[in-house]
Amino acid sequence: MTITGLRALGMAAMAACWMQAVPALAETELNVVMQAPLRTLDPHLSTAQIVRTHGFMVFDTLLGMDADYKPQPQMADYAVSDDGLTYTFTLRDGLKWHDGSDVTAEDCVASLKRWAANDAAGKTMMDYVASIEATSDKVLVLTLAQPFGHVLELLAKPSPVPPFMMPKRLAETPSGEQVTDMIGSGPFKFVAGEYRPGDQAVYVKNDDYVPRSEPMSWTAGGKVVNVDKVVWKAMPDMQTSINALQSGDVDLIEQVAIDLLPLLQMNDEVEYGVLNPLGIQVTGRFNHRLPPFDNADVRRAAMYALDQEQLMQTAIGDPEYYTLCVSAYGCEVPLASDAGAEYLTGSADERMAKAKELLAGSGYDGTPVLMMQPTDLTILSTQPIVAAERLREAGFTVEVASMDWATLQSRKNGWQPVAEGGWNMLFTYWGVTGIWNPLVHALLDGSGSDTAWAGWPVSPEIEALRKEYLVSGDLEDQKRIASEIQSIAYDQGFYFNAGEAQTVAAWTKGIADLQPGPIMLFWGVTKPE
Amino acid sequence: MAYYLIRRLLMAIPVMGLIALIVFLLLRLTPGDPAQAIAGDQATPEQIAAIRDSLGLDAPLMSQFVTWTGNMLRGDFGYSLISQRPVLEMIGQRVGPTLALATVAMILTVVISIPLGILAARRHGQLLDRFVMSLSVIGFSVPIFVIGYVLIGIFAVNLKWFPVQGYKPLADGLWPFLHRIFLPGLALSSIYIALVSRMTRAAMLEVLREDYVRTARAKGLSERVVLFRHALRNAAIPILTVVGTGFAMMISGVVVTETVFNVPGLGRLVVDAVLARDYPLIQAIILLTAGTYVVINLLIDISYAMTDPRIRYQ
Repeated sequence: MTITGLRALGMAAMAACWMQAVPALAETELNVVMQAPLRTLDPHLSTAQIVRTHGFMVFDTLLGMDADYKPQPQMADYAVSDDGLTYTFTLRDGLKWHDGSDVTAEDCVASLKRWAANDAAGKTMMDYVASIEATSDKVLVLTLAQPFGHVLELLAKPSPVPPFMMPKRLAETPSGEQVTDMIGSGPFKFVAGEYRPGDQAVYVKNDDYVPRSEPMSWTAGGKVVNVDKVVWKAMPDMQTSINALQSGDVDLIEQVAIDLLPLLQMNDEVEYGVLNPLGIQVTGRFNHRLPPFDNADVRRAAMYALDQEQLMQTAIGDPEYYTLCVSAYGCEVPLASDAGAEYLTGSADERMAKAKELLAGSGYDGTPVLMMQPTDLTILSTQPIVAAERLREAGFTVEVASMDWATLQSRKNGWQPVAEGGWNMLFTYWGVTGIWNPLVHALLDGSGSDTAWAGWPVSPEIEALRKEYLVSGDLEDQKRIASEIQSIAYDQGFYFNAGEAQTVAAWTKGIADLQPGPIMLFWGVTKPE
Repeated sequence: MAYYLIRRLLMAIPVMGLIALIVFLLLRLTPGDPAQAIAGDQATPEQIAAIRDSLGLDAPLMSQFVTWTGNMLRGDFGYSLISQRPVLEMIGQRVGPTLALATVAMILTVVISIPLGILAARRHGQLLDRFVMSLSVIGFSVPIFVIGYVLIGIFAVNLKWFPVQGYKPLADGLWPFLHRIFLPGLALSSIYIALVSRMTRAAMLEVLREDYVRTARAKGLSERVVLFRHALRNAAIPILTVVGTGFAMMISGVVVTETVFNVPGLGRLVVDAVLARDYPLIQAIILLTAGTYVVINLLIDISYAMTDPRIRYQ
């Protein structure tokens, strides 16, 4: 070998050593198994929790809600006029859409209009709104025609459907049509090329995002992103998810099946805990339009017969992760109340005796109760069986109709007689963020309207109270009204509150600073390189 | 031969048309609403109605069918109602993992089961034969998800030889591909190994009793030549049939394996589509699967002539 050749070899070796000595900039990628596959993208159109979580990755809101349930400035600061009728929102500096263009007040006006057209609470608010206008590139003004006490709360709400801001060209998509171009101004950018509906969604850190300076608190405060990439994986099999977590293939599972928790408890490399302090409420809904539940005494008898403890045991199993909460709004929220709880509390035997007595005097003629049972949804598949047994013991004739969740969903919207495809009772569950006040709680709608959520109870008293709630801006007053609504709703047998359950997340050791929140939040969290 | 091929392909057209019609009608008769799947559980009937309207689901059934078939004949399979993505793009994303899984499973099936079947036939009634037959009973009896979990427990969780889940395409390199596809391929092949080894054994036993095999042995040919050149070739037709239809069945029935090993394939896509009542996607997948059966059956028929020159096509 010549001297030149040796020199070249030496330089190459040095270069190789240098390359090894200087570590490459590693990309931190957080791999997460989400609680459901992401099949649709438009967070204005869907009430599904997974779409809402996706919404908070890509989009931002004018206001955020903190852990004290207080609306806080997020994209915009706000001022309210003395008469409470004019709300002025001023966008903060440096807000950009993911395509690089500036966020303008006009974009936000169009977004608010689209949101309100799709969200039931937003639609109610618009009945009180005189105008929403952009007065400059950075300022929008919402003017009420009459008092409405919940403007800030609704603009900050993390419950379905949050008022996400999007560019005007997307916000002007016709009603009912999905937006699939994911251009927001949120802390993450959606990677369209790596999206496989129902299987994988990928987000990268939005380097242009300027977090607020306040500390993170739920969907408010500074959304500081500490990972470069977040990959959502859908795994239909929970055992596969747990195997993947234990082997390090994934970093986090959003919701672990409680009965498989012991597998993780044996593993020192895995941690778990409750990240969403609010949890879910399991509910048994009566169809008020058809016999036998068109009779209030029959509904009351059914409520006495059903047993929270038994149903929670069936659904969740471990008492550490459920509460026999009697509040219609959830137990950890400002409006929590035990009004009208006598239908839910007391010993199971005592209540069964009351159920039998009440049913005997109700005029119930043995009309069968058709209870829908979804067989493909673990958390709800066994409860109808247990509930049916309790109702039979009380004297009801009950038929359990098994079907898949999609069939149940579509059948619940029909109000034809049972023989023609109708139904009498179903179980479902609600995230507490979706029921935490009378404005958003669909099961407390007493209008009996065809456009209300399935069940269609009629109660003029509740409707009057709900109207009173809408204009009230005082928390103590709101608590009183909410409590009265709950008391009447239980007495009228609007639905059976089967209790509250927690969802448990699990993650590998080293993942830190996971943020508690009403949904899974991906800002704040860190992963070691 | 060319005439035969054209005739077979032409015969497939009415079959496919009938399948398209049946699938379309059956899906519309099934309860469930894609608009509800988009809107979610908490949506009101008003919101759902707006989505139904935008998706064109309120149009008369006949008009929906005519539009769909017309577009399909032009190669346009439409858009997913749920994700609003082109159906062909979604299938394209998922068909690779399923084809790879089925191919690996079929290679494992052929490599393992045919020698096992031949050995069992050769040692008919002996210990080895009984062992192979017992193995095949296990392969038939134990569900794939159990075999999958056992394989994961032993080779992925305990020995850490393989990853527990996921898929890497061949484009990422041969080793990453094989590393992730081997366990699911083995799990999927278990039932087909049982089936093909039994079939091979039975076919070989029948052929080994034939006069020409006795003649070959009398001529002093080696046992290897007798087995592979004379016996196996004549026993190949039922084996080819099982292997070919097995491959088609693998493509259309991999959902359990894909679920257990988290492979993002066609099986999981179709289950998702059915649960969400995503009509255009379900229709396209079923039509493509039916088309696969037609093509594979044709290939099987062609392979008959290649293995047995006595077979001629009319």
